[in-house]
Formats: sequence, C-alpha cells, structure tokens
Amino acid sequence: MSLRQSLARHSLPGPEDIFRTVLPNGITILTRTNQTSPSVAFSGYLPAGSVFDPREKLGLAAFTAAALMRGTAYRSFQEIYDDLETAGASLGFSASTHTVGFGGRSLAEDLPMMLKLLAECLLQPVFPAEQVERLRSQAMTSFAIRAQDTAEMASLTFDEILFAGHPYALPEEGYTETVAAIRREDLTAFHQRHYGPRGLVFSVAGAVTPQQVVDQVAEALGSWTNPDQPVEPVLPEVHPLSAPVRRHLFIPGKTQIDLVLGSLGPKRTDADYQSASLGNNILGQFGMMGRIGDIVREKSGLAYSASTNLNGSRAAGSWEFAAGVAPENLDRVIELMMAEVSRFTCEPVSREELDDSQSSYIGGLPLSLESNAGVSRAILNIERYQLGLDYLLNYASMIEKITPEQILETAQRYLNPAQFVTISAGPQPTEV
Amino acid sequence: MTSEPCLKLLPNGLAIYLKEIHTAPIISHWVWYRVGSRNEVAGSTGISHWVEHLQFKGTPRFPASQLDKAISRTGGVWNAFTYLDWTTFYETLPASQIDLALDLECDRMTGSLFDPADVESERNVILAELEGNQNEPRFRLGEAVQKTAFDIHPYRNEVIGSREDLKQIQRSHLFAHYQRFYQPANAVIAVAGDFDADEMFARIAGRYTDIPAGPMLTDRVPPEPPLTAERNVEVTGPGSTTYLQLAYRAPTAREPDFFPFTILDSLLGGPTSLNMFGGGGTTNKTSRLYKALVETELAVSVRAGLQATIDPFLYEIAATLRPERTPAQVLAAIDVQISRLQDELIPEAEIARAAKQARAMFAYGSENITNQAFWLGYAEMFSRYSWFTGYIESLAQVTPADVQRVARIYLQPQRRVVGMYLPEGPQEGVP
Repeated sequence: MSLRQSLARHSLPGPEDIFRTVLPNGITILTRTNQTSPSVAFSGYLPAGSVFDPREKLGLAAFTAAALMRGTAYRSFQEIYDDLETAGASLGFSASTHTVGFGGRSLAEDLPMMLKLLAECLLQPVFPAEQVERLRSQAMTSFAIRAQDTAEMASLTFDEILFAGHPYALPEEGYTETVAAIRREDLTAFHQRHYGPRGLVFSVAGAVTPQQVVDQVAEALGSWTNPDQPVEPVLPEVHPLSAPVRRHLFIPGKTQIDLVLGSLGPKRTDADYQSASLGNNILGQFGMMGRIGDIVREKSGLAYSASTNLNGSRAAGSWEFAAGVAPENLDRVIELMMAEVSRFTCEPVSREELDDSQSSYIGGLPLSLESNAGVSRAILNIERYQLGLDYLLNYASMIEKITPEQILETAQRYLNPAQFVTISAGPQPTEV
Repeated sequence: MTSEPCLKLLPNGLAIYLKEIHTAPIISHWVWYRVGSRNEVAGSTGISHWVEHLQFKGTPRFPASQLDKAISRTGGVWNAFTYLDWTTFYETLPASQIDLALDLECDRMTGSLFDPADVESERNVILAELEGNQNEPRFRLGEAVQKTAFDIHPYRNEVIGSREDLKQIQRSHLFAHYQRFYQPANAVIAVAGDFDADEMFARIAGRYTDIPAGPMLTDRVPPEPPLTAERNVEVTGPGSTTYLQLAYRAPTAREPDFFPFTILDSLLGGPTSLNMFGGGGTTNKTSRLYKALVETELAVSVRAGLQATIDPFLYEIAATLRPERTPAQVLAAIDVQISRLQDELIPEAEIARAAKQARAMFAYGSENITNQAFWLGYAEMFSRYSWFTGYIESLAQVTPADVQRVARIYLQPQRRVVGMYLPEGPQEGVP
C-alpha cells in the first residue's frame, strides 16, 4: 500500500469534516469531531499582541495576557486554578507580536466549564494589584534567567539586528526597564481597548459535536462586543542588511557557546514559503538535521545539535542556523555552515534529497494530526494564514510539485552571506 | 477501534506487547532494554547513554548514513532515551512502512558496528551535550544533589556521566556493555497502532526467534543504606538567581507506598504526568507548596516530582527564589507544609481529585498512539503493565491515613539532601 493510499484510507481533516462558522459578533469557530478519546483540546487567538505595545512599555500585551487568569469578576486566582486542576484540565494565554493566543484541554464533559472560564478571563479580568506585582516579580526573575541563557540571548540579539526597526526585532515579553514601567492601569486600559470579538478565532477538536461547540461558544462569548477595537497598525517593511553583522556576547561562567546565524526568510503566506520549507528540511532538518547536522555533528563531532529553522510569520520571516558548540570549535562550525550555504545557493539539491524530504513531509502529516491538540492547531493555522479548508487534503500534491530549481531560486533569494547576522553567546572563544 | 493489549513471550525471553489501535494509519514501535545508569559502575558513568548514541551509527545492513534517511523518508519519527533503569528506542511510522522499524531494531540489537571513529566522534558529541547541560544552573544543582543523596548506589550519577569518565571510556568497554545488556531476555518490544496483532506477532517472532537469549543477567545493585542525617550541598556559579532543591529518599514503584506518595505529591507539588507524549495534565497552582511559596512571594516557582524506579530513588522539590529571599526562609516554609501532612489527615476529597486528574491524564495520553506504545513498555521496566492499568484504582484506594503515614516515614529531615545554587552576582560581560 502506498503512502498516498494509506493516507486516503483514514481521512485527513478537510471541508467535509472541519466545521466552520462565524458568529454575528465576528468570532470564527472551527471544529472537528474525534470520538476516539473522551477529551477535547482547543486553541485560538485574538488580535491583541505586542504590536500595540508602546516602546517604553514593551511587554504590556504579554503582561496583560499573563494576568487574565489572575482573577475575574467571579473567581479569584485560586478559584480559577482550583476549578481547572480539580478537572485535570489546563488553560493558558500568551502574547505574540500579532495576537494573544490561548489554548486548553480537558475531558469533554468539562468543556462547558472551560468555555465559561475562558469567557470570564477574556471579558472580565480584574487584574488584582497584588497579582500584578507578583507577575512583575516573576517576569523580573525570568529576565535574570534569560540574561544567563546563552541560546536565548543569542536568539534575542539575532532578532534585534535582523529585524531592526520592525516589531519582530523586539521580544514580546519586553525588558526589565519596560516591564518595570507598566502600571496596573495600563493593563486595564490595554484590555478594554484591544480585547474584543472581532478577529477572534476559536478552534476545537475532540469528543464533541459541531452543534455542541457552536452552542457552547455562543453561550459563552456570543454577546461580547467592543465597537472601538482598533485594527493593527501598518507595519514597516523589513529590509535585508546592507552588510553582514558579527557579534559575540560574553556571558561569563559558561562552558558552551550558542550560535545563531542567518538571514531574512519568506513570510508564511509568500508563494515561495513551501519551497523554502522543503529546502530548509534538506539543509538542516532531514534525518539527523540534514546537511548541517551531517557535517557539523555526524562527520565532525563538533556539536550535539546543529540545525536550521525557517520561521515564516505574517509580516516577515527568518532563516536561521543554530548550534551549541565548545568555544574552541566556534570558528570551525561557522566555516562549515557557511560552506554549506555556499553549496546550497550554487547548485540545486539532488532529486534524491528532494524526494526524501517530500516523502517525509507527506508521510509525516498524519503524525502531526494524531492528537486533538495537533488537529486544533492545524485548523487554527489554516484560518490564521487563510490556507483554505482543503489545505491538508491538497498538501501532498502541493509538496510534490516543488522542484530542485525552485528551491535553488528560493535559497538564492534569501541566503546571501553579505546580509547575514551571526551571533554567538557564552564564554569567550579565545578563553580556551 | 482499539483492542486490549496482549503479551507474548518468545523462547529466548523476549517479551512482546501488542495493542491494536485503528484510529490513524500509524504504528509506534518501541524496544526497551533493562539498562541505564543504574547498571553502571564507578569509572564508567555515562556508558549506557553512549551505547544508545552508538546504536544510531549503523550496522552492516543499515549503514549510519542510511538509517536517518530511511526513517525520515517515511515521514516517521524515531529517537531514543536513556534513563536510570532503562534505555528505549522508538519509531512511529506510517503503518505501511513498519517493516523498516522492525528490521532495523532487530538488526541493531546484535549487529551494531561500534566503529572506533564513531566512538570518538560521539565522545565529542556527548561532551558537547554535557557542556550544554552545565550551562544551566539547575542542571549543576541537580547533579550535586543527586551525588550527595547516594553514597554507593549508581543512582548517584547523572545519566550522561561525568566528564572524567566520558574522557576515559574506550570502545572495548562500550562494546562489552552493549553485548551484555542488548539481548532478547533483557528486552521488551511494545507496538501499538494500525495492525493485526497476530500478523504483527508473526513478523516480530520471525525476526527475533533465532537470536540467542544471551547470558543470564543478575539484577543486583548494592543497596544504599538509609540516610541518617540531613545532608547539605552548595553550588555556586554565574547569574543572579538562587535555586533550592530538596531530595528525599522515596519508595520504589513496586512498593505499595508509591500510590499514597503519588497522592501526597499531587497535593504538595501538583500532579505529575505519566505521559511522555501528548502533554501533561494540569498546572500546580493550587498545590500546597505553590500557595506557601509563590503566593507568599518567597519563590517565583516551585515544582515537585516522584519518579517510578526499580530501586528507591528521590522525591524532589525544587524552587526558584525571589531575589530578596533566602534559602532558609523558603526551606522553613516547605517544612511547615511537610509538618502539616505529617500532623493532619488530608481531606477525602483530595483523593477523588487526584483520581480525576489521573483519568484526564490518561484520556490525553490515549489520544496519541506513540504515547500508548510508550505506556506498554514503560511500566515493564520497573513493574508490570498492570501497574498502569490499575493505576487509577490504586490511587482511589488510598486513604488519608496512608498519606499521613508515608509523609511521616519518607519526609523526615534526616532522609533528605538540601541543595542550593548560590549565584555569584552580576559579572562583567558584554551585554
């Protein structure tokens, strides 16, 4: 039986069984029933991300999202978590640049309770002063831990330079001084202004019927309005660097250096995103981390992990190479990576490599859809990037159409060493 | 769509668990070996983990360069884990491709090459992995606490091993370790997914029947005498954050006390998930320690955990302190909560709550075929699969008096290690 036949035997989520509807107040609901386990998983987002943060109060959207579950008009922090934990359930909110995302899971029998709680947190958080201060204190500790984390510091600096002048340059959680400047009133005002039903998308998968979902979501969130909810500001264009940047962050007392290098990549919605994605798989993912893993880890034994990542977002993207390396091996690893960039942008990938990655993508699809959370996230992304409800059904043919020449053109478009940012963080390379 | 698991044994001692699940065209296949850091002697710490790495370096039939590609080409995933008591390898693949997993696992049970060049290359990779771990204050503290908690039992060592041992272990040591522990009588195969059980058994039996059982292994590890006085260990290092970690000697998974201890843990530190895939259960914000440490602004976070092991391991409590607090303040607050468990009976409702949490956790875990195959083999490493199937009932039968009894026995100060990571404060670095 071929992979394609095997996939066809068990249907992938598609227009036939993904139910989609929009409530009168603008909330989009997506759902797919799965009765194999008595559980449900849901996810969603609304447009209240850090793109709305004032620069001097960077972290406001993230702080607001983190504080939603710290007390509502009807339940205290402890009551909220008592209800959740007694049910063995979970619920959480977090902010990204564009949106506040949320996700939860529970036994199906507890979904009405979960939606009621979700609605309370979204509509009627009270931001108790004591809880706000506690969250601030936790944020400050996490900044102190971040400052000691070589991988995080390398990544943070990489974004600051690659996306300079764009919101993607800034960490959603902010910095010590910007979070210190946020007052409780800022959270209340941010919530009142930016939280509303327009642009809210809710996706659920599990042991529940579409009608039950629509009824329960309508009951919980159907009467919500916020006519003054602002639209996202127009973001500046992202431009490639005019010259390469190389920087080392010295973090004393560490034994290993984390390295991040790379350039801008395609947006998730760009036409060349899938060819970049397949190319990235060949370059630094396939098997034991693709060509990069092969040369850095397998052939040279210079790192435990060495891989590449394509991060395609709504307004821009990055194409990143990463490794954790001993200080004495740093220069050699950079050299090896740049040699692979050169090869990748000069000659097309082999037919065999592409066949392998295409086969991997197509065969891997059902694995990513095993759990309710996986299905919920997949159909949420279909909505987020307007991929169409038949996206998963058409996925195999879309992947199969990509050619080595397309991958080469895409690589040449993005992977230009003259526009690379290279950041290392940890002990001094010369210390050892 | 799902059948009860069946267990079959081959004459060479290989145990095979099979569970049909026909919800997705996927099969997850695991091979478990009863070997981990528990089976390591001084001078060879980390050898089990290193052998696990070398299992990915190829056999005459499957050269290393082809292994990863063969799996990835199917869209499947594979990996391996080495722990205290066990080492496991798994593949989750489209059902139509499962022969690949069956072939390669059978092949590498006895046929791995251990090429000297690969041994050296992996030495560097594992040293790099260790160096990456040692960048983390919590790893360094955990390592020190574990070493202090045991004098002779191999549980005192980190699974990854020590730098000294990793530098001196040779190919001959690795190969001898492999030959000793990688054999049918020391293994369990667990397969779950879209297959017919009889047909799958025939496929597995056909591959493994001719492999000899191998030498009889003794399961004896020198028992660790009880701790008779509290031990303290301090680690210093960069940063500005203080961490506290307590470790109490805990019961084994097979002891009846394990289940009351699980309820105790759920109440004190929050429920621990037994899912390796498919996510955990819930948070721990209503746990007694969260209320006593985080709500009172002594710590920014706290977690606790009990692990299912063959020999008595550790019940650990770890807190990240707020900058203005001292380890002594946090320790005192933890001790108040432990005294409460020893002095007062917990409400009956807490036991029902823990059972419901476990029911939810099993529901989440059963969404995921890989996780279901994991369950089949995991419990066999320290008990029997029935340990899992009876888990919720075992919890439900616990009484408040049982919880009080285990708190009084196990959570005595003389049975613990108190570890602290003390930051050296801001150092000069380039921002």
